Amino acid sequence: MIRLEQIHKTYHNGSPLHVLKGIDLEVEKGEMVSIMGASGSGKSTLLNILGILDDYDSGNYYLNNMLIKNLSETKAAEYRNRMIGFVFQSFNLISFKNAMENVALPLYYQNVSRKKRNMLAMEYLEKMGLREHAFHLPSELSGGQKQRIAIARALIAQPQIILADEPTGALDSKTSLEVMDLLKEVNNEGMTLVIVTHERDIAVRTNKIIHIKDGIIDSTEILK
Amino acid sequence: MFDRERWYEIWLTITRNKIRSLLTAFGVFWGIFMLVLMSGSGRGLEEGITSGIKDFPKNSYYFFSMRTSEPYAGFAKGRNWSMHTSDIEILKSRFPEIDKISAIMFEWTEKNTLRNNKYGAYVIKGLSPDYLFIEPQQMRYGRYINEMDIRERRKVCVIGEQVYQEMFQPGENPLGELLHINGTAYQVIGVNIPVTKIQIGGRSEASIILPFSTMQQSCNRGDKIDCLALLINENFSVSALEDEMKSVIKKHNHIAPDDLQAVGGINVEKEFKMFSSLFMGIGILIWIVGLGTLLAGAVGISNIMLVTVRERTKEIGIRRALGASPRSILVQIMTETLVLTMLAGLAGLFMGVGLLCVVDMFMQNISLSGGNAFFAPPQISFATAVVALVVLLVTGLLAGLLPAWRALQIKAIDAIREE
Repeated sequence: MIRLEQIHKTYHNGSPLHVLKGIDLEVEKGEMVSIMGASGSGKSTLLNILGILDDYDSGNYYLNNMLIKNLSETKAAEYRNRMIGFVFQSFNLISFKNAMENVALPLYYQNVSRKKRNMLAMEYLEKMGLREHAFHLPSELSGGQKQRIAIARALIAQPQIILADEPTGALDSKTSLEVMDLLKEVNNEGMTLVIVTHERDIAVRTNKIIHIKDGIIDSTEILK
Repeated sequence: MFDRERWYEIWLTITRNKIRSLLTAFGVFWGIFMLVLMSGSGRGLEEGITSGIKDFPKNSYYFFSMRTSEPYAGFAKGRNWSMHTSDIEILKSRFPEIDKISAIMFEWTEKNTLRNNKYGAYVIKGLSPDYLFIEPQQMRYGRYINEMDIRERRKVCVIGEQVYQEMFQPGENPLGELLHINGTAYQVIGVNIPVTKIQIGGRSEASIILPFSTMQQSCNRGDKIDCLALLINENFSVSALEDEMKSVIKKHNHIAPDDLQAVGGINVEKEFKMFSSLFMGIGILIWIVGLGTLLAGAVGISNIMLVTVRERTKEIGIRRALGASPRSILVQIMTETLVLTMLAGLAGLFMGVGLLCVVDMFMQNISLSGGNAFFAPPQISFATAVVALVVLLVTGLLAGLLPAWRALQIKAIDAIREE
């Protein structure tokens, strides 16, 4: 599903910063992988590259056997929309839209009709057990509820992979476990997930832990 | 691609900061409002003046005599001279382009007119029959002077409306009645009303017209005349003939050919041209000021949209991450700017046109009860309104350009990182 070959990335803010120094990585379809590393290790950069939010300098990135390299902004937006679902630490819901509209947003950019996308959004909210909160604004919901809405939003376009950047970082431990259970459920349905985290408790709930240190893969831990 | 959600979103962003949006919109509103108001008033002024003078023949010329500035043919410089009846004949025979030609003589004296126990002071003019065409008059009673009056030096007069009102009873038939002017009795043959608002040598309403030959005799002027007015055939330009006619008059009156002062002239054609360029100037000025005001408004809108984009960096970033194409962000910002501009501009347009309509209504009432000389009801043409709308559209697009470009610079990754 994901294949990275010798990915290098350098940032040029002032003095050049070589963040990724040759990453080789393979994630199979249906896997649930976590990436761990200290801050500054390059794990966020790696996630950004995986999410086509950032370019890389050299190497190759294949997503579903498609080379993702030097894409135009428009093309990148289209791929993000159709192939990748994002879950962020700070939820990143749009504050003036209600839960249903937030979930339906990716479909808006696929020009799905309003009626159809709202119907689908309701379906996904139902799955997340949030049907009765469909017309609430994000500010009226708890952190756990917001993250579940974000997961519904990530799923609605039926992407190839879900990328989660510290999905439990802003949640208490009980809610964190609930969210992880939910992600596990999504994985059980066949979805590929990549989760960036620095909490071991979270990472051990995935199939594989990839440790990143100083821009290279330090070790890979296979669980279960 | 009409999408309710998009319009709802635009409405939301505009109304989220009501006061800010209102203040910003006011700039554009004011620009269009002023543009409409000023161009309406400008048109009203132009309309008022041109309707007052439109019946005045534009191809006419007035000659008058002034002191010479060059010695010539034995005469010293600084000589006072006069034109003569013969100048009329000479000009007429030399210039077939002349359609109408008339002598003009003036007399101003106090309390010069008497009838029964009423008296008044009026301008006494001596004219030729042709003058009716040079300064058009409407006959309220009787007729204008004719060739027979000139030839026979008849003691007849045509009086102005005001003279009639002051010397006669209301409704009284003045024709055939006698009027004592400077001690001589003249028979009234007509009452005239001016057609245009341009009047030469005193208001026609308060003038008494005599045949110029009669006036030459009764005022002891010999064959001298004060002025000479002429109307050129409309296929020719009076400006082209001006110099030639002047040299004929100079030659006939022993004036140096290079004397620039002796023969004075009013070129009506030139004056009209000046008028029309004046109005063009006013029009251009109005548009410059109006567009300038509008531009200031557009800068305000552009500025506030930049602030909006800045405030919504995160939102735009999220949208980009979820797959919004650059184009859809561009369209979103541009539509928001356009909607704000158009709403403000349309409000200004309607308010402006509305105000003009109100003024129009008041002025209609005024003009029913007397009338204002040089100002017609202000109005804005449909074409001007359409141009204003197009300008508005372009303004909105220009105002949106910079904010939209800024919005495009937002990368999803930067926005999400900003926590």
